[in-house]
Amino acid sequence: MRKITWIVVGLLVVFLGAGALAFEPISPEELRVGFVYVGPVGDGGWTFMHDLSRRSIEEKFPGATTSFVEAVPVGPDAVRVMETFIRHGAQLVFATSFGYMDQVIEVAQRHPEVIFMHCSGYRMADNVGVYFGRMYQARYLSGLVAGSLTESNVIGYVAAHPIPEVVRMINAFTLGVREVNPYAVVRVVWLFSWYDPGKETEATKALIDAGSDVIAMHADSGATALAAEEAGVYVIGYNSDMSRFAPTRHLTAPIWNWSVLTTYVAEQVINGTWRPENLWWGMDTGIVDLAPFGPAVPEEVRNLVGAARERIVEGAWKVFTGPIRDQQGAIRVAEGEVMSDEDLLSFSWFVEGVEGEIPARGN
Amino acid sequence: MEFMVMILAAAVRSGTPIIFATLGEILTEKGGILNLGLEGIMLVGALTGFAVSFYTGQPWLGIGAAFLAGMALVSLHAFVSITLRGNQVVSGLALTIFGTGVSAFLGQRFIGLTITGLGRVAVPGLSTIPVVGRIFFEHDLLVYVSYFLVAFLWWFLVSTRAGLHLRAVGDTPRVAEAMGIDVTRVRYLATLLGGGIVAVGGAYLSVVYTNIWTEGMSAGRGWIAVALVIFAIWHPGRAAFGAYLFGGVVAFQLRLQAAGTRVPIPLLMMLPYLLTIVVLVFITIRQGKGILFGSPASLGQPYFREEST
Repeated sequence: MRKITWIVVGLLVVFLGAGALAFEPISPEELRVGFVYVGPVGDGGWTFMHDLSRRSIEEKFPGATTSFVEAVPVGPDAVRVMETFIRHGAQLVFATSFGYMDQVIEVAQRHPEVIFMHCSGYRMADNVGVYFGRMYQARYLSGLVAGSLTESNVIGYVAAHPIPEVVRMINAFTLGVREVNPYAVVRVVWLFSWYDPGKETEATKALIDAGSDVIAMHADSGATALAAEEAGVYVIGYNSDMSRFAPTRHLTAPIWNWSVLTTYVAEQVINGTWRPENLWWGMDTGIVDLAPFGPAVPEEVRNLVGAARERIVEGAWKVFTGPIRDQQGAIRVAEGEVMSDEDLLSFSWFVEGVEGEIPARGN
Repeated sequence: MEFMVMILAAAVRSGTPIIFATLGEILTEKGGILNLGLEGIMLVGALTGFAVSFYTGQPWLGIGAAFLAGMALVSLHAFVSITLRGNQVVSGLALTIFGTGVSAFLGQRFIGLTITGLGRVAVPGLSTIPVVGRIFFEHDLLVYVSYFLVAFLWWFLVSTRAGLHLRAVGDTPRVAEAMGIDVTRVRYLATLLGGGIVAVGGAYLSVVYTNIWTEGMSAGRGWIAVALVIFAIWHPGRAAFGAYLFGGVVAFQLRLQAAGTRVPIPLLMMLPYLLTIVVLVFITIRQGKGILFGSPASLGQPYFREEST
């Protein structure tokens, strides 16, 4: 008897819980979506790519209204922007930077009827989902290109901040480099800034003077590509196709295509099937990819990258599959083992082949 | 040796925008006006320089336009500080906020575009001097302009009558007035020209150093210049040294990293600011004993002319 009571209670809890989670379907014409951008829409990088995905919602669902506020600083301003979207009837809000995480949760608690999607964070709620892309897959492919084209066997990497996301990218890139060229090393220079074109230029020059003949980068401006073109060394861009900054020296670039994800979420909201999810999509969905190859990339390298891309897209092979050694040469991931998402999200060591160190947290 | 030469040449490059900003501020402060708007002026200079270079294809026109834009922007500060005798700290900070905002707003359409900047010109003769030639005389022309400006301002402040008048206005405007100097006019001139020079420092960043425009690209260099003025104790020569030191520390740590050396980066980056504080403490103690260095005695104080009855 008691057992049955508990089952009934349990079912009720599940039922009520599910009821609380469900959102009503809406027609596409009613859909209102707000985007909070961390940078200017014309940055040609992170925010620019997000804005393309906003426009794709309007294209895919005629009648839907989208709006955005650009260059919103992290902090109370983000709250104000999100509240304004909601006052104007938004049912769905995309917050496109890690730094908005606490503000998203704060506003989401006040407005349980509005759905929030937060990029690159980890805090979720009944009405808050998170999303990101497995950019490291594209980084790995760009590493294959860099490793094939270096002659000095020194590849420079201009890196913004020593956080797991950036470390993961450097590691994936280096695995690609070493796959085709076990003698090449990747030299990392930390900027301690997402955005300082002057410093990006100087760091690029420093890496070139230290013997690098291919430069990869993880920062927000095109300064690195420009400096590489001027010095006559190859460069791999990031975020968007950066060939306009380096017409002859641009090899390729790992790029974002958020549209596949934003339209997917919009469709779920319209159908009333949205649930809080952690969407960490890979190259198979098209959210990340490589920009078209530059003129300097030879045919056999294109084929090599194409084959590797196929294996990743098909899911036949994962980038962080062992054996993976650390900088000291010790095996950190055993042969045949695949690193878990959790380990990838907290990456705090460099793989073999990276020259440089990860400064301690708090610096 | 080779490594040191490359670091020092990089120090000159990355110190140049800061030199212009520091020299401009020294000129302004010597007249007794404190301008904390450097960051905003540099950004407006960077945008103007880029935009004009982009449309005309003439980097020198861009740099000239930046100079004028800097003067136009700082005229607001001059009007508030000199004519209205307002609070110079507040007005300067407002200028930084305004300059940052307006350059971001107007600069949106230039993001992602590139220009052809100034090429490198080795100075005939001088660049063949071993070591020194490669460090100082294989740069773009604007770097040489900065050398000239350091020497000129030094000479101007120390050896000319006009320089003496400027210093008198900054120290004891009342006495200067009694000597027959037009305090208001001198302060306006020093503030406007100073602002123009600061803007050229910003233009160096966009037109010469990176060849692109991005929002907030001065990245705190205006504030470094404010600190450098104190570090240099209002002396153009020491300002140049300080700017190369500040720029050199950045170039040095980036190059150490690029060479694969392990360095405590935050410690290195902190060094120039630490030195500034040490200098500030030193000056303050000496001032307490009645010893004045180059610091203008009436800096930041509005001047109220005594009305004759």
